[in-house]
Amino acid sequence: MNEIVCAACMILGTFFSLIASIGLVRFPDLYLRMAAGTKAGTLGAGLNLLAVAAYYNNIEVTTKVIAAILFFIITAPVGAHMIGRAAYLTGVKLWSKSVRDDLKDHNSQQGIAT
Amino acid sequence: MNFSMTPWFDGVLNLVFLVMGINFFISFIRLFKGPSVPDRVVAIAALAVGVIGLYAVATDNPLYIDCALALALVAFLSTVAFAQYLLRRRRSQNE
Repeated sequence: MNEIVCAACMILGTFFSLIASIGLVRFPDLYLRMAAGTKAGTLGAGLNLLAVAAYYNNIEVTTKVIAAILFFIITAPVGAHMIGRAAYLTGVKLWSKSVRDDLKDHNSQQGIAT
Repeated sequence: MNFSMTPWFDGVLNLVFLVMGINFFISFIRLFKGPSVPDRVVAIAALAVGVIGLYAVATDNPLYIDCALALALVAFLSTVAFAQYLLRRRRSQNE
């Protein structure tokens, strides 16, 4: 039973990691790539770690796995936000078909305050 | 990787490791091609923690989860450090 749950979690996590890496290559823009790598990558890593918890099925491993997943869920958006902000402020272009750029007016008013 | 009890589980492990290798290959394309530095940073940071989780199952050694925690910490800190480095480099170029 443990192995069935573990195998299901591993296959799902690997599938989401595959989606993340395909998105990293195929999306046209740094910001879209960052969305793919962060969201699908976090989901894939979290499911793989859940597979570890299902495989060992004892309290120590489960506690460590929950701590690792919580840490990953907290830090991945923060890191993506910081690297995206740095990329925008250093002048990485948006995709030509992007419909909305809220920071453009802000920067022209404030003279790109960093 | 043949430490588990049932043969189908070995098959699942082999398949999962194969697909994860393909994932790394695909995201390394972005690492080599990426036109800007943040592209490369995002391409590195995404995948490695899950593979260490898979390795903890394949080698039957739960100590690898500590490695996964440490690697998540290092990935976060390196991303933050790269962001600060980019901003500081731009600021020193403006002056």
